[in-house]
Amino acid sequence: MKRLINDPYDVVEEMLEGYVKAHEQYVKLLEHDGRVVVSKKAPVENKVGIIIGGGSGHEPLFLGYVGEGFADAAVIGNINTSPSPEPCYNAVKAVDAGKGCLYMYGNYAGDVLNFDMGAEMASMDGIRVETVLVTDDVVSSKEIKDRRGVAGDFYVFKIAAAKAALGADLDEVKAAAEKANANTRSMGVALSSATLPSTGKPIFEMGEEDMEIGMGIHGEPGVRRGKIEPADKVIDQIMEHILPDLPYESGDEVSVLVNSLGATPLLDLHICYRRVAQILKEKGIKVHKAFVGPFATSMDMAGMSVTLLKLDDELKELLDYPCDTPYFVQK
Amino acid sequence: MYENYVLDKAYFVKVIADLAAIVEEQRDYLTGLDSAIGDGDHGLNLSIGFREVTKNLGEWQKENLTILMKKIGMALLGKVGGSAGPLYGSLFMKMGEPAAGKDAVDFNEFYNMLKVGIEAVEMRGKAVVGEKTMVDALRPALDTLAGAIEEGVEPKTAFEKMLDSAKSGRDSTIPLIAKKGRAMRLGERAIGHVDPGAASSCIILEMFYKNMP
Repeated sequence: MKRLINDPYDVVEEMLEGYVKAHEQYVKLLEHDGRVVVSKKAPVENKVGIIIGGGSGHEPLFLGYVGEGFADAAVIGNINTSPSPEPCYNAVKAVDAGKGCLYMYGNYAGDVLNFDMGAEMASMDGIRVETVLVTDDVVSSKEIKDRRGVAGDFYVFKIAAAKAALGADLDEVKAAAEKANANTRSMGVALSSATLPSTGKPIFEMGEEDMEIGMGIHGEPGVRRGKIEPADKVIDQIMEHILPDLPYESGDEVSVLVNSLGATPLLDLHICYRRVAQILKEKGIKVHKAFVGPFATSMDMAGMSVTLLKLDDELKELLDYPCDTPYFVQK
Repeated sequence: MYENYVLDKAYFVKVIADLAAIVEEQRDYLTGLDSAIGDGDHGLNLSIGFREVTKNLGEWQKENLTILMKKIGMALLGKVGGSAGPLYGSLFMKMGEPAAGKDAVDFNEFYNMLKVGIEAVEMRGKAVVGEKTMVDALRPALDTLAGAIEEGVEPKTAFEKMLDSAKSGRDSTIPLIAKKGRAMRLGERAIGHVDPGAASSCIILEMFYKNMP
């Protein structure tokens, strides 16, 4: 793949410069820290601060979800690399309204190290920061606590942010995030690698006609590599892993997210969604709301993932709660 | 013998400058190692960190060793990100403490700098030997240096033994399954690859060795 960039050392800063210009009615960069994208409405009075973040290269994750009714700030790292502790801390200082803050991000060792240091710094200022790690990727480990976070980030962030917007306290917001995470499962398929801006080369090798089911968004190996198969067969395999993992059963109500890893077109995604909907119908699982598009990507990687969120009345209300951000609007 | 073996600020500044240069040179090698079992940006992220160090080194070398090392560590912590940022940031920041505000240290004090630095990496990363991390290079290296000092081995030879241990430790990561970091989830697929953090740790120790008088 070809990338349209300037100096690879400047990709993150140049993206951020463009981002806050393009969406200046929503967001700005902190004046003293160019790695914190903060909502123009923040800090919101009497609201728990919602802070998300992680490496760059997954846009619209994380910065695309900063705005009203969603995250108050996103902390931005280098490509595929967690941000450092200082911006994690600066984000807290910028959005805390006296009710504490919640950090939410995918479960990766580097992110945990850096965000934890940010939380330690904030606690020295007497600001309480809690953390919820997203662990939705079913094939990444048998142990749920060791699983990585992928597109399920979107659901967990959305639910917790809505809870915060309704005026809940930090413990209640954290509990909502944990409940959303506990009800969310994802799995993907990779068709090609992303191209690293620094080298112009793919992160991993993948044959022209190959695919890998279960591969992570940074190219972490999945369950099986083989020749590419028709969409329906791929979705069948993905659903065979996801459905029994929670499990999602007849009578349940879910939201579905069919996510592009970057280079897979909406045409393909909707073919995939069609099959997901068929399977859910067969199983007697009702779809409350579906999302199809790029939500958590890996630059120019081809492939997609399916995420299911099992809903109850509370989660449904929080999912439907209005929000307005550059990359996700709900009325 | 160790009290008379002095390493001054010029030595440390030269080590850091050489380190910045070699990180630049080895960037794609480290990134290649990381592509195999991580996310492929170890080399680039270290180079972003050391470019920041290089930019400020002229100014920082006016400070004493404690502050100099702290500033280097803070720059790495702030610019590198990922796991490598906090880990190498802690290494350099902590290394400055035993220098106690001086402009030069003897070999005993230098050993203490390495000791508290490496212990800080272990503590921050919560890692022990055998988990396919930089600790696999750093811990045996430190133990070897302590042993050589116990035996009264001449400083540069003692450090050479330390470096050899670090390299064996680095190579010992090849057959391992990772227990920490992003490679942890690869299971058996991590076997056959060197840990990129163990490799960069060897590069750091090598620059300390190469510049010793």
